[in-house]
Amino acid sequence: MAEESVGERNRTNTFVLSARKRTMQKAAKTAGEGVLFAVASFVAVIVLFIFYFVARDAVPFFQIRGFSEFFTSSNWYPASDPAEFGALAIIYGSLMVTLGSALIAVPMGVAAAICLSDILPFSIRQYAKPVIEMLAAIPSVAFGFFALVIFAPLMQNNGGPMLMWAWWILVSPFMLLAVIVISDLLTTKIKEQKRRQQLHIFFLIFFGFLSILLLFKVGTVLYGIQILTGTNALNVSIILSFMALPTIVSVSEDALQAVGRDLREGSYALGATRAETIIKTILPAASSGILAAVILGIMRALGETMVVWMASGNSSQIPEPWFNYLQAIRTLTATIAGDMGEADQVTGSARFHVLFAMGLLLLVISFISNLVSERIVVRQRKILSGQ
Amino acid sequence: MIKKILLFVTLLALTVTATGIAAVNTIVLDGSTTVGPVAKTFAAYFSKKYGIRVTVSESGSGNGAKSLINGSCTIATMSRAMKDAEIAAARKKGVNPVASVVALDGLAMVVHPANPVRSLTKAQISSIYRGTITNWREVGGPNTRIVVIQRESNSGTEESFKDLVIGKGVQITGSAETQSSNGSVKSRVSTTLSAIGFLGHGFVDGSVKVIAVNGILPTVATVKNGSYPVSRPLYFYTNGQPSGPVKQFIDLPKTVEGKRMITELGFINR
Repeated sequence: MAEESVGERNRTNTFVLSARKRTMQKAAKTAGEGVLFAVASFVAVIVLFIFYFVARDAVPFFQIRGFSEFFTSSNWYPASDPAEFGALAIIYGSLMVTLGSALIAVPMGVAAAICLSDILPFSIRQYAKPVIEMLAAIPSVAFGFFALVIFAPLMQNNGGPMLMWAWWILVSPFMLLAVIVISDLLTTKIKEQKRRQQLHIFFLIFFGFLSILLLFKVGTVLYGIQILTGTNALNVSIILSFMALPTIVSVSEDALQAVGRDLREGSYALGATRAETIIKTILPAASSGILAAVILGIMRALGETMVVWMASGNSSQIPEPWFNYLQAIRTLTATIAGDMGEADQVTGSARFHVLFAMGLLLLVISFISNLVSERIVVRQRKILSGQ
Repeated sequence: MIKKILLFVTLLALTVTATGIAAVNTIVLDGSTTVGPVAKTFAAYFSKKYGIRVTVSESGSGNGAKSLINGSCTIATMSRAMKDAEIAAARKKGVNPVASVVALDGLAMVVHPANPVRSLTKAQISSIYRGTITNWREVGGPNTRIVVIQRESNSGTEESFKDLVIGKGVQITGSAETQSSNGSVKSRVSTTLSAIGFLGHGFVDGSVKVIAVNGILPTVATVKNGSYPVSRPLYFYTNGQPSGPVKQFIDLPKTVEGKRMITELGFINR
């Protein structure tokens, strides 16, 4: 009986608060929100702090040496007397390996994500995804060691055949597709059934023959290439693409999953095949997530230091010709890592500050690409929601 | 469980403090990767004999100088002499760097074992590194481009090489590849057919081929009598005249044992 009355009283009290309790609750609420706000803003503040301190040490470099040398000259001799701080070749090298790794990792990563989310049965996906994500857990120095000790000599000794096989394996499917599509397109206009079929077969054989000729011709040219040095832009691009893959696969697979069953089933219900569903429904719907995945992966490649420091050759040169991935290059990150040791206020200030200028440049590049991707994502969402 | 963790943390904290106290009795060496093997062997011998802890880091000669100036090491190991700028910076901080020669070292020019070239002149090597000779054919080798390998700007070996072979004020070509230690230069040269690089004499082994400079191969005799043109002394730098255990350590190269260790490591006694 007594218990019941206590319960009764509590129940009524929850609705009618005393003034003291109300202020206490209010205080607790403000305190809790304040802590959460502080934690959230801490992250933002860290970014601002990094920006501020990097910029603070980068600005003196431009005050001492000006802008033009840094961005237009390729003479990188920070240690000699007089010193030269031309970073053009280094910036170019960074962009080159980032582009190279993106060219390899993005198609592979997105294809793998589509395969994981829409093609493979669930039981396989359950195991395949963690295995791919495990790739992200390998320390970058291990990748670098592999690139320097195993992959570089391999490229030097078997470079030509490796390039040839890569060309055949990667290009043949596209060639086959192109032959079929072109012959189809060329013959659709012809009305007469029999003539069309004859011409179709003729075009198939003709273009098929041409493409096989092209495949072999380029293949033999590639076979003859002697890779002089294994520590080159191609080596680093390939290794970096492996490092960017898990990010791209994992994030875009999540985006594809997020599209949901209803859209897929709606598409099937309209009579679309699986290929049509993937290309016309799921990919557009998930495009913003896939783009985010791609940007994340590219940022990983741009910011990676250990692998490029060990295996890019670190020569401050723009390859000759400019698209030659078989020559050694040097990147911004590797330069910062490699030159940090000696660069100190003790040994000359421009040399110290130039590394911060490079760091600032990296920050700005990633900042801009993040902003751009953000804009694209927002616009994509607007288009998809029909606004 | 929590108790165990607490116990562990306390123990850890105790050990950290203990090592902190012991640090007073430690000799800390920092600097050149070339002097590294000598410093490490000396350290092992010294701590065994006198019970004094000696730690050795290898971060490049430039870093060694920096550590000495900042007071974070007792002895800076350097494969080149201190630069005027470094000495001035040291003076400013109240540090008085004193040099003592550990050993002599010949910089061996190395190529892949399959390379037929046996000898180059100093002028040819200089041209190769300046980028005016780019093909092995021009110096009597096969018709392939030369892969030039240098060390990073931190390296005393790189500085000595520049001073001894190329001369002041002339730049190494931008297409030269950069490696960060003697070991990685050796591994690149031993796997790359058309590479040329330079190593401290003590790092040479069968995986690379040493070529003669001006017709002279780097050997103990040729380095010692100065006829091998690319040789240099290796240094220990201390703050002020060394005393006590530090002096004992610095004087190791003068003892019989020290001389034996230096010879075994492939360096040359003075």
